[in-house]
Amino acid sequence: MGDFLHMGGYAFYVWASYLLGLIVVVVNLWQPRRAEREVWRQLKRRRRNEERMNESETP
Amino acid sequence: MWAWLHRLGSPKRFYGWSGALARWAGWGSLLLGVAGLYYALFASPPDYQQGESVRIMYVHVPAAWLSMFIYMNIAFASLISLVWRMKVADMFAAASAPIGAWFTFLALVTGSLWGKPMWGTWWIWDARLTSELILLFLYLGYIGLLSAIEERDTAARAAAVLALVGVVNIPIIHYSVEWWSTLHQGATVTKFEKPSIAWTMLRPLLLMALASTLFYIMVALRLARAELLRREADSTWVRELIDGHQGGGNR
Amino acid sequence: MSLARAWGALLRRDVMLALRQRGQLANPLLFFVMVVALFPLGMNPDPVLLRSIAPGVIWVGALLAAMLALESMFRSDFDDGALEQMLLTPYPLPLLVLAKVTAHWLVTGVPLLLVAPLLALLLNLEGEAVVILLASLALGTPLLSLIGAIGVALTVGLRRGGVLLSLLVLPLYVPVLIFAAGAVGNAQAGMAVTGQLAFLGALLALAVALAPLATAAALRISLD
Repeated sequence: MGDFLHMGGYAFYVWASYLLGLIVVVVNLWQPRRAEREVWRQLKRRRRNEERMNESETP
Repeated sequence: MWAWLHRLGSPKRFYGWSGALARWAGWGSLLLGVAGLYYALFASPPDYQQGESVRIMYVHVPAAWLSMFIYMNIAFASLISLVWRMKVADMFAAASAPIGAWFTFLALVTGSLWGKPMWGTWWIWDARLTSELILLFLYLGYIGLLSAIEERDTAARAAAVLALVGVVNIPIIHYSVEWWSTLHQGATVTKFEKPSIAWTMLRPLLLMALASTLFYIMVALRLARAELLRREADSTWVRELIDGHQGGGNR
Repeated sequence: MSLARAWGALLRRDVMLALRQRGQLANPLLFFVMVVALFPLGMNPDPVLLRSIAPGVIWVGALLAAMLALESMFRSDFDDGALEQMLLTPYPLPLLVLAKVTAHWLVTGVPLLLVAPLLALLLNLEGEAVVILLASLALGTPLLSLIGAIGVALTVGLRRGGVLLSLLVLPLYVPVLIFAAGAVGNAQAGMAVTGQLAFLGALLALAVALAPLATAAALRISLD
């Protein structure tokens, strides 16, 4: 296990690379999720407002 | 003749098939990514000369490949957008840019991290790193132009022209940098440019490359779909979609 | 009016308008000289050292000066509506663009050529290298105007497009820089320069054919 982490002396370089790769993946997983949540929230709110207006219009 | 393309690219249709594609791409990327990491970190041998640092290649090379692949996608989508006036192509291009820039950045930094133990310096002006740096500027310029123009359709079309001009220039830039690099590098090692072709090393490389590609497809499609919903908010199909999900659920 | 005469008329108009504001013309030129002059001040002004960095420094200075001058290409015509009028004329827009770019080059690029020998003097560039420097500038500065025009057309509608323009255009300038400065460097070392100059010539031919098309497309988009 120690040898594995040690990476033949290149530990810093190898693990920094993989960590950065992980960060890129995480950031790019989070972005679309946030965009989706945002859009759905906005659209649902709009829909609710529309329905409320329709109801208030019908006598 | 192009009716099928228009049908495929109509917002509603696109939303339909892209969802399934994104999901498949996501799971595929996860599976291949886990397999790739296993082979990259455990089940592949260290290099004869570079030792364990060769494992950086399994992050660096896929990132570099993807940085180019994504730009090609942006250019292709830009062409479709300008020729067939497809909004969906615009959105896919815009959605691809940030992740493309991220992969370019990843390629540059891992290139440095790979180079430091090998060449002794954090940065070296070799052909690949220099080309990647210029590619990063191309991405940032594209993203900058998209965000600088307020009117969304104008921004998309201007960015499309920029992407096409960029893609024409990329071979010219690559060739120039190659020529410049061979002129000034002399004895600098260029063997790192070509990855080892031993199957034990090719396997993790291909797995990581495929995993990253599928990951990109998933991310770009999801971002494009979110933008599509926002822009088509007034249409009937979006309204029906929302109604179908009122009171909870996502997607 | 025939196409050639229309092209000539627009060229003449742009040059005359630019000459009326002679002060503005001087700015990129002075910038060019100052930037180059700053380098020796920032380092050990050893003649041998200066000579070795001269090709790159002079060419980077030319790039920056050209970029500064780009904004004026479409700005005033955009502001007073003349640009929109040009889009509405029956003449092919790429042709009109070519006229404007040529005028811009005559007024901003050629002066760089004229002042280059002075800069060669400042950085101890001598002999055949100076001749090749002028040749590289003669081929390169039109390229800078042609390629730059695309960037200007994309950002002409923006209020503060200046810095974005630089970001858009600089990556596209890299091949010009590499081969132009490379030619001068080779001349210094007594090596052949025909390859580099031929490449610049080929790029120029390509740009004359394609850049006006891209610029015209970008103008139509920006002025929509």
